Amino acid sequence: MDLELSDSLQNVIDDLSENFTDSLVNVYQSTGDTFVQIEAEAVADICQYLFDEHRFIYLSDLFGSDNFTSEDRFEVYYNLISLRDRERLFLKACLPEENPELDSVTDVWKSASWLEREVYDMFGIKFRNHPDFRRIFMPEDYNYHPMRKEFPLLGIPGSIELPSTTPDTE
Amino acid sequence: MDTKNIKNAVDPQFFKEHQESLYQALEDKHTTIELMDEEDPLNTKMILNMGPQHPATHGVLRLILQLNGELIEKAKLDIGYLHRGVEKIAENKTYQEFMPYTDRMDYLSPYSNNVALCTAVEKIADVEVPERAHYIRMIGCELARISSHLLWLGTMVMDAGAVSFFIWTFREREKLYDIFDNIGGHRFTISHARIGGVANDLTDDALAMIKEFVNEFPKELNDFHGLLDRNRIFFDRNREVGVLTPERALEIGATGPTLRGSGYAYDIRDFEPYARYDEVDFEIPTRLEGDNLARYYVRMEEMQQSIRIIEQCLDKLPKGPVRTDNAKQAYPSKDEVYYSMEGMIHDFMMTDTGICPPEGEESYHAVEGPKGELGYYIKSDGTGHPWRLSINSPSFKNLQALEDMLDGEMVADTVVIIGGVDPVMGEADK
Repeated sequence: MDLELSDSLQNVIDDLSENFTDSLVNVYQSTGDTFVQIEAEAVADICQYLFDEHRFIYLSDLFGSDNFTSEDRFEVYYNLISLRDRERLFLKACLPEENPELDSVTDVWKSASWLEREVYDMFGIKFRNHPDFRRIFMPEDYNYHPMRKEFPLLGIPGSIELPSTTPDTE
Repeated sequence: MDTKNIKNAVDPQFFKEHQESLYQALEDKHTTIELMDEEDPLNTKMILNMGPQHPATHGVLRLILQLNGELIEKAKLDIGYLHRGVEKIAENKTYQEFMPYTDRMDYLSPYSNNVALCTAVEKIADVEVPERAHYIRMIGCELARISSHLLWLGTMVMDAGAVSFFIWTFREREKLYDIFDNIGGHRFTISHARIGGVANDLTDDALAMIKEFVNEFPKELNDFHGLLDRNRIFFDRNREVGVLTPERALEIGATGPTLRGSGYAYDIRDFEPYARYDEVDFEIPTRLEGDNLARYYVRMEEMQQSIRIIEQCLDKLPKGPVRTDNAKQAYPSKDEVYYSMEGMIHDFMMTDTGICPPEGEESYHAVEGPKGELGYYIKSDGTGHPWRLSINSPSFKNLQALEDMLDGEMVADTVVIIGGVDPVMGEADK
């Protein structure tokens, strides 16, 4: 597929394919957005590289997705912004169904902290070397990851202990 | 109280593990923090739990503060009390059906959220929007921005101690509610945008009201400036409070006025113009100080710019349809639905199946909401329901910045700083 890339993005892709030949899986465009699929092991390195060399200094978003397939079930997306070149670039890493784990990018962008916690909370994807790794929306006592496709829309009855509504009798 | 071992000192009544890990996180924050004195005869060290029902926290936000006297040594935020799982709900709804839920995300500016969803769906499904609809959306978005900033202004000044001001900003908001009532039939959660355009054209009445508001509001804004700009109390409460330096702001991912108050002119209306923002003139107000006062000035100037944008939109407002005339992409007009068989079938199909973007397409589209970059990522599987819909909510990211900002501030300034960041929990908790 032919890609229509701006000069600066072309430059980024060229640099990436030169320096991370083995880690670069695919580059594709969808409705005008550019997605770079990379190996999960290389995420932290590539993010650091983009931060240093191409000034992607702002992490706009980080989110997960569940494909519900046996291979490459989970995906984690990084929505990066270069204020200098006024470009937006998406990185994407695929993870297996069993024990999905990724390196945390909190060393590169501190803002990844809560976003990674959200991905963990909703999909159960673990992030290594995260400074404060907890759930963010659901309580710690909760045993499920609600955004996974097998989780029912109506929730699981009795899965969450609700506080007593009667006042203490002490 | 033995603050060195916080976890043992509390006895949570519910969500035991959650509470314990939260207190543990507070204990672990900044591994370099100095050890506290064993002897604390004045008992100045304490853990203060604030929220989630504290009225000054703008919703169900919970803060845990470790205090040394009046100084906040470190702070942790606990969010999720308003988590409804809207992303999960979205996967089980058609695109149009999901729109009323977006109203309830950032419930202070529903119009921006509607437009954010619609533009994202239009991008992935390649829907052409008529020119007039673009301008109506821009007017709606800017009115919503003013409405949201007015609420922020009222509550922030109230947090700083002046309650009557809140009533004055609400008087202006009331006018905006009336305008929205006239535009779309709802005062608050308006759901006026539609995929492919907007629900209905502006009535003459609504146009007249908007014009009147645009003429009257700058005067009010001036009065607000006159009351606050040289107000000693307001000034002292906000200056050099909650400082976020430019580098920190970018690093911690602040967005919207919080980022612009720290010096970065990052505004989606200018970064990736949507609708017709590239055809109107406006400035992006920024400040360098990064304190609460800077955020105040940024938002006040933004309201001025919004008025400027609305004025230009009213001048340019072209004639024509307000929704695309393609039955596969948008709802047909009510005239067609009531008087023709095809119209009714199309209406039924739109409600039942909705618009189906091509299989495997992904798209991300952001708009500049009043709180910052509000983006929708959509992945389609070719059906009328999104396979994955992810919301990039500005309040969530600003709250993360807040957690960072609170360290080292005075406890009395906490509410003022929360007010300055202007989080909306409906959006942060998704």
